[in-house]
This record gives sequence, C-alpha cells and structure tokens, in this order.
Amino acid sequence: MADLKTSLLGIPLNSPVLGASGTAGYGPEYEPFVDYTRVGGICGKGLTLHGQFGNEGERLYETPAGLMNSIGLQNPGVEHFIAVELPKMLALKQRYGIAVIANLGGHDEDEYVEGARLLDASGVDIIELNISCPNVRAGGMAYGVRAEAAGTVTAMVRRVCQKPLMVKLSPQAENIPDMCRAVEAAGADAISLVNTFQGCAIDVYKRRPVFDNVFAGLSGPAIRPIALRMVWQAAGAVRIPVVGLGGIATGRDALEFIMAGAAAVQVGAASFADPRAMQTVAEELEAWLDRLGFQTVDEARGAARG
Amino acid sequence: MNVQSCKWEQAAVLGSERLAPDIVRLTVAGGPAGALPGQFYMLRAWQGGEGPFLSRPISLHDADAGTRRFLFQIKGAGTQRLAALEAGWPLTLTGPLGNGFALPDVLQTAGDRPVAVVGGGIGTAPLLYLCRRLHAAGKAPDFFAGFRDEPYGLDAFAPFAGRTALATDSGAAGHRGLVTDLLEPAAYGIVLACGPEPMLRAVAAKCKAAGTPCLVSLEKRMACGLGACLGCTIRTANGPRAVCKDGPVFFAGEVF
Repeated sequence: MADLKTSLLGIPLNSPVLGASGTAGYGPEYEPFVDYTRVGGICGKGLTLHGQFGNEGERLYETPAGLMNSIGLQNPGVEHFIAVELPKMLALKQRYGIAVIANLGGHDEDEYVEGARLLDASGVDIIELNISCPNVRAGGMAYGVRAEAAGTVTAMVRRVCQKPLMVKLSPQAENIPDMCRAVEAAGADAISLVNTFQGCAIDVYKRRPVFDNVFAGLSGPAIRPIALRMVWQAAGAVRIPVVGLGGIATGRDALEFIMAGAAAVQVGAASFADPRAMQTVAEELEAWLDRLGFQTVDEARGAARG
Repeated sequence: MNVQSCKWEQAAVLGSERLAPDIVRLTVAGGPAGALPGQFYMLRAWQGGEGPFLSRPISLHDADAGTRRFLFQIKGAGTQRLAALEAGWPLTLTGPLGNGFALPDVLQTAGDRPVAVVGGGIGTAPLLYLCRRLHAAGKAPDFFAGFRDEPYGLDAFAPFAGRTALATDSGAAGHRGLVTDLLEPAAYGIVLACGPEPMLRAVAAKCKAAGTPCLVSLEKRMACGLGACLGCTIRTANGPRAVCKDGPVFFAGEVF
C-alpha cells in the first residue's frame, strides 16, 4: 500500500486529504461516517470576529454537477469557536490525529487582525485566511480580487500571527499567478485555492434571482477543471505549498491536483453528496498510487509538471 | 439526534407504488433501528455524475421490524429518479437524521388528555409512523388531514388513529376548506403537525390561543442533512437553528 502520510507546514497529516471549510462543519458532524485516521485535517467553517446569522432567503441551489450556495459566513464568532467548537476539533485530533485548521474571514482589516490574534493564541494548528468568500458584501472578497489588497491584509495578519498561515484564494482573482506571488511576498506560509466561483440563478416563476444577493458561490465537480488549471498556475508561481480544491469527489480527482503540484487537497461539496467522501477520496487515492507504482504520495506530487 | 446511531448504508428496494400520479410509496429493506417518528434519511439512487449532485431528504413514513417506507411527492430530477426505483434495486440511505418527535416528552406533555396529529398534503408522510408509535404507546391520536384535492394514503392511518377528520380545498372529500377549520386544540394535551408553512402557522396560532402545546415539523432545502452546510438555517427564539439537525421538529412558539 502506498503511504498517504505527508505533512503540511511541519504538521504531520494522516493523508493529504483535508475537509474544506464550510463543508465539514467542525468535524464531529461526519464522525459517524468517516474514519478520520484516513483524513489529514479539517478546515472549520469560516469564522468572523463577531458571530453572524448569514444571509436571508434561499441559501442553496443545485446545478448540473454542482451546488450554488449563499450561506453568507453564518458562524458563532471567533471567541465562541475557541470556547465551544475548538475543543471538539481538538478531541478529534487527539483521537484520530487530524490537523485542526481554523478558517478566518473578515469585513475589514481590523477584524482580520483581531480574529487572527485570538486564533494565534488558541490550539489550532493552521490559520486559513479566507480572502475569498463571495457571499458577504465586502466580506473578504474585496481582498480576493486585487493582488495588492490581498498582500496588504496578508501582511497585517502575518504581523500578529506566529502560527502557520495559509491564504485561501478566490477564483475571481484578477490574475492567479500575481495574486499568489503577492500573498507569498506578504508572508503567507501556504496558499489554498479555489473558493467558490460566483454564479447566478433565476427563478423563472418568480421572475427574479434565486438568491437575495443575486450572485452565489458555485462548487462541485462542475468547477473542477477550472480549479485544477488555477492550482497548476499557483504551483508554478510560488515556492510555498499550494493546497488544491474545487470539485474533488474521487481519488483520481485528488491525484490530478497532486500531480499538478498540490501539497494537499481539500474535499468540499462532495461531502454533502456522500458523507463518506473525505475517507473514500483518501482510500481511492491510495489505490491509484498503488496502481501507478508510487510508493508515497510525496513521490506523485508535481509528477505531471515534468 | 443521536449522531452515533445514524449511518450510511445500502439497502434493497422491496417495492414501489403510486398512490397518486405524483405520489410514491417506496418500501426499503431494513428496520428503523431506533429511528424516531419525524426523522428523515438522505436518499440516493444514483452514483457519481449520472444523477443529481445531492441526495434527497425524505422523512420516514412508516416502519416495522424489517422494512422502512418513504412517501414522497415527485418534484424534480431527484424524486423522479427515486420514483423510478423498482424492487431489487439498490438505494443508499444516510440516517436517521434530525431530532424527530420525542415520544416520552410528547406523552408526558399530553398527560391524561388526548393527542391531535395534523397533516397537510405530503406533510402527512412522517405522521403515519408517528400515529403508529403513539398507538403502540396506548395513545391513539385523533388525526386531522388536509389535502388540496383527492386525498391519498389515509387508509394506512385507520388502524392507529382514534378519530380521523378530513378537509380538502376542492371539496373532493370531507370538509370543503382548511384542515384547521376542524381542529379545536383546547380539547388536546398536545398538537403535532406537519405540512405547508401557512397551515403550520394557522395550527400554531390556534394552539397558542387555546394554550395547547404544539410541535411543528418544518421543511427546508438541504444539501448535507447533517448540520454541516448551514443551508437550512432558520431564525428562532433561541437563535439560529438548523432544520436538519436541531429540527425538523420544533415547538411552534420557537419558530413562529
């Protein structure tokens, strides 16, 4: 059996397969379905400094091979997370050895910095800085489009953050390689991409958009080839690790991202379709590595880049 | 929800019947294994990219030691696929999910007074297993059913319900009008309801006026059914709640 064990920013991982933020809850939700000893880690639901209800109106809309969502970063706030949710994640870490990754969004630079300061003093392994949520007005996405703005907020957070810092990018970025280089230069330890693609759906009966915000985030297998192209670009643009995500539903999908240069991958919406997905992706990846003669996942990384 | 008792499983379809042109009753192998009335399963009868991306949340309609039944309305591509299932075909189920009707609490609240169960349209689906369990507990409920037009599935309630009262919008059967016209909550120790939101609000309002406790089972679009996607969040008196995980059964006063 090929060895799935790897590491990310010095954190040992059971496998390169992580649960993506916003699709894995805080971990316990999937415990009845997933053998977490096969999973590398969980990125918790996106946090903001202060808790918020999220968006009104319809929040979900199924599309061909995908799902649009407009949750709007519903979350209990950073302090509640640290007091109530983080202990549950740390208990899973204790039991199964998964890495605990907190995802942090923000409405402005002060919120990002204060949130990061609190998380930096907590038990999380990695902070994933979300500059890419498409569903909150000025909620991160403002920083996710222009490389300069992304670099500015990354640098501000970097100054208060000792923990490994991974910046999660939006596919709405004007230019992916420029964006990657900007956050690397600003002190990011790793990059994850992609967040959801902005899409739109119309309710023809009501003659108006399905979502109150008009636009919503598209995820699922429908976006996978575009996500993979962006991960390929990112891995070619920076020296820091790139974590790939976007529509991964099978082990073969995961291997494509790894061969494109991804240090690890995240399974997102696939967990909604099949609650076992994080485990099945890892196990299928293992079988693919065996079939192709790789002894370790690390050997396969970047294999497609020649 | 006892999260440890829910699981992912494959089970064989034992049979499928049409109770109306768009209403399907599906029988699946395997007993309810501790499922409560009002709980639901995520059903999936397709793999990979060959069907809808998401599974479909369908409430437990009825169960005995070796089978579970699901009653659903064909609404779109997913329920269409579920409706096409035939005996012997495989189905994947994740569940039971949600909180369901907690029977000991219901019985304790009712005390020595009778229980009313109120259903509207396809909202009657989870109420058969509820009536069966209440009957088994020695508390056969009065059953109030409302439909737009021709009713369906009512025969199955007869063995478990005390009195059955029927209303239809069209007058096709029973009282012509709303099911809430027939309900007098003051006579009951608790009212348990599932159906369209306007009906639930009307039931809740009557119960509030009569001082009768009322539980309502809600429906919302869901992606995961597990409390992870936060797509089915509602505002309640106790803050944001996930219909899939914290519900679908709520005290009426908490949500309306």
